[in-house]
Amino acid sequence: MKKFALAGNPNCGKTTLFNNLTGSTAHVGNWPGVTVDKKEGIYKKCAEPIFIVDLPGIYSLSPYSPEEVISRNFILDEKPDCVINIVDATNPERNLYLTTQLMEIDVPLVIALNMIDEVEKNGDKIDAAALEKKIGVPVVPISALKGKGLDELMKRAYDFSKLPRKGVTVLEDADVMPLINKCKGAFENAGVENALFHAVKMAESDEREVAAHPDVAKVIEESRITFNDKVFGNDFEAIIADSRYKYISQNYSHVLTKKKASSDRQLTKSDKADKVLTNRIFGIPIFLVLLFLIFHLTFSEDLLYLGAGGVFDKEEPIVVYDANGNVIEDVEDGGIYYDADGNEVVAVFENGEPAALEIVPYAYDKEGNPVKAFFDADGNELAVLTDEKGELVDLYDGAGRKYEQFYNKDGYKVQLVLNEDGEFEDVMFASAIDEFCSEVTVNTFFGYEESVFTPGIVLFNTMDTFTGFLSACMTQVLSGAAPWVSGLVVDGILAGLFSVLSFLPQILLLFLFFSILEDSGYMARVAFILDRIFRRFGLSGRAFMPMIMGFGCSIPAMINTRTLADEKERTATIRVIPFFSCSAKLPILTAIAGGIVQMFGVGNADLITYGMYLLGVAVAIVCVILMRATTMKGEVPPFIMELPAYHMPQFKSLMLHLWDKAKHFVKKAFTIILASTIFIWFVSHFGWNWQFLEDEQINGSILAGIGGLIQPLFTPLGFGSQLGANGWVFVVAAVTGLIAKENVIATFGTLGACLAGAVIDVEADGGVAAVAAMISGTGINVAGLIAFIAFNMLTIPCFAAVATAKAELPGKKAFRSTLLFWIATSYVTACMVYLIGTWWWTVFIFIVVWALIIAGIVLGSQGKLNRKLFKEKRGK
Amino acid sequence: MEKKLSEFFVGQTGVIKSVGGEGKIRRRLFDMGVTPGAIVYLRKVAPLGDPVEVTLRGYELTLRKSEAEAVIAEVK
Repeated sequence: MKKFALAGNPNCGKTTLFNNLTGSTAHVGNWPGVTVDKKEGIYKKCAEPIFIVDLPGIYSLSPYSPEEVISRNFILDEKPDCVINIVDATNPERNLYLTTQLMEIDVPLVIALNMIDEVEKNGDKIDAAALEKKIGVPVVPISALKGKGLDELMKRAYDFSKLPRKGVTVLEDADVMPLINKCKGAFENAGVENALFHAVKMAESDEREVAAHPDVAKVIEESRITFNDKVFGNDFEAIIADSRYKYISQNYSHVLTKKKASSDRQLTKSDKADKVLTNRIFGIPIFLVLLFLIFHLTFSEDLLYLGAGGVFDKEEPIVVYDANGNVIEDVEDGGIYYDADGNEVVAVFENGEPAALEIVPYAYDKEGNPVKAFFDADGNELAVLTDEKGELVDLYDGAGRKYEQFYNKDGYKVQLVLNEDGEFEDVMFASAIDEFCSEVTVNTFFGYEESVFTPGIVLFNTMDTFTGFLSACMTQVLSGAAPWVSGLVVDGILAGLFSVLSFLPQILLLFLFFSILEDSGYMARVAFILDRIFRRFGLSGRAFMPMIMGFGCSIPAMINTRTLADEKERTATIRVIPFFSCSAKLPILTAIAGGIVQMFGVGNADLITYGMYLLGVAVAIVCVILMRATTMKGEVPPFIMELPAYHMPQFKSLMLHLWDKAKHFVKKAFTIILASTIFIWFVSHFGWNWQFLEDEQINGSILAGIGGLIQPLFTPLGFGSQLGANGWVFVVAAVTGLIAKENVIATFGTLGACLAGAVIDVEADGGVAAVAAMISGTGINVAGLIAFIAFNMLTIPCFAAVATAKAELPGKKAFRSTLLFWIATSYVTACMVYLIGTWWWTVFIFIVVWALIIAGIVLGSQGKLNRKLFKEKRGK
Repeated sequence: MEKKLSEFFVGQTGVIKSVGGEGKIRRRLFDMGVTPGAIVYLRKVAPLGDPVEVTLRGYELTLRKSEAEAVIAEVK
């Protein structure tokens, strides 16, 4: 099979062409450098199928960036049958610079003059035939987006691939040509292929060439002494770059006819948009508003805060019926009636008028009989959740069943919420754990009566209801099986998978918004706006987007780091992304903060939550600075970047992108995440004697045993040995958090129930009661709890994020050290939090220690600088 | 008048005279078309004062002031 390579500048439409030729789903972005790895596909509409490789976008074949090295090595070593060089016809001058380099390689070359439709739309004209004559290789005008000219391009490429081509250079007239010829001769004598290409690179003092052929390099250095150009002296690199551009401007002025003279700077649409979006005063506020909107639409429950009286409220007359379906005229406030659908409802009055009907939230047992009253173990009807000593009491229904095992009318597993008087308030899904869906009842995807959900929440609820339904079905199917079988399938495999998959809609929605920003060309401007801030931390402005995405979910954030050109910058960014506390970690923050306020009466839950967010950001900044000064050392990556013209994102390309992401995510959920989930379920549901344990018996599990064993390790963090026999619960909760961070609070519910001897509904209050039970059960102090939050926020993220990090990091070693980094950072930070929180004066010790560390690093790097300077001086 | 590109005002146009600096950054500038003889137009400065955006060879390029310092251009 013939093998063709696609090469061209970033953002020239290469990936669009690739997708169109192969029908593949590679993502296209309006961001320079979206294709980092090479992609492969097959074109079938030719005489024989053709294997097509999409190389990363490059501006040159110099050896400094990984993309350039990949492309260069591919063309030189893999010897494709033809290289298709895509040239953006709207910007031929810079695009042809790469062409002049590709021409020097001994490989058939065809130029695809892309975006020809854009050129014509602007009223300009480009003479492809004249260009072909000048350059000496076939030039085919195409429109990759509209699929125009592709068949002709492939036909000509196919024909030309049969004819071997010798490299030619545009440097013939340059003063360095005799020197290049000399090198070329030396290479030819040594039997090196592509002698011309190597000779030119050698003249440019290309690092790789000099290292590979030191003998030829000597020739260059010798002639450098006597060489003297009028303008450039003996700077060969400058002479060669200059000659290429001179050649292009001489030849391309004949082929491109611009309708308007380029000197009058007419504002295009793109310019106008840019004037606003990167405005000196409004640029940053506009960006912040956009960012807020994206997060709001994805994660917030209340669309645009329409809330009560929102525009979607329906005004319906209140009509109630009796049990026989007759309309009741005299409605009373608080009276119980039936609505048109036959549901039992309570009439709620406002201003003396019936204002709303609320469905009486009866629960049903497995047989579908309504359960209306609750009793304690002695059969007394219960009015309150706590007894006179303030201790929690188990709730039972009339048949002696514990209260949490109920079903709603449609057969979903539900939990009950009772008000202070022990009366029904609501029925809730048992499977819905985190705060988003804590108040979802059946048939309320689009909001409660008084609020409107955002698209993100609608998707989330839909997915959650669907997975809840599957779980319920599975429970039914397995009702006759051994408890450990249904436990494994429902609570282990399904619950684990669903907890990961339930976030998929929101992750995709977040991705969609960011893809729109990226494809439109705005993302490159964000980097432009924010580079100044990020340079201080040794990063470039491009690092901002992945970090901020981390507040939503670490997974898309880590994938987004592909836009970072520098590998070390990328690794450092991936490592700190989990510190930007994701939406799944929020329940941990709110529950524990709530627990602290309730049990210790100190502080304010919101303040604690915000404080923890800030702590995460601060740790991220400190870690980046430390890494960039030590292990991930490197110069601040240069920020010399093309700002692509704005354009409307393509619907097809957005959808392809989302499909691609969804596929990857689902694949991960069913492999590494599934395996990990089953493992954690197994160790938390089996004892050392291989006996299956119910949820409530987790304290006898292998996990609890291991937790107890490693508990002393966490003593410096405030949730270790000092908590006594029950201290392992915090360790175990943290471990279950590895499946998904929502599990931490769910585990608190289970463990808190073990400690308090009562069932705790984590959904009713977001887990505050569970935390309270754990506090009274273990005697942990405030500092320990805050340290626990800090530990969970900064330690190894959920399995889904870990799997993503593994795929995105450059190698196994980097992945292992990243895991270690997460453990170390969380341990050290949590320890500091605990010690300072317990003995405030230890803050001085930490200040001194950190000052020493930072001084050491600064002095160390300065020392190196001094030595370098000294060496240079001596060298002179 | 010749001056560093980093000292250009918004709206000024110039012809590049020389590109200093060394290694990677200089090479990158060459590859992006920042070569002697090219006409640059300083389009914009980022809201925080750095980096800058220039129009050059028919496209928009952004670079930091520290990188633009190496570029000397004759003001037109």
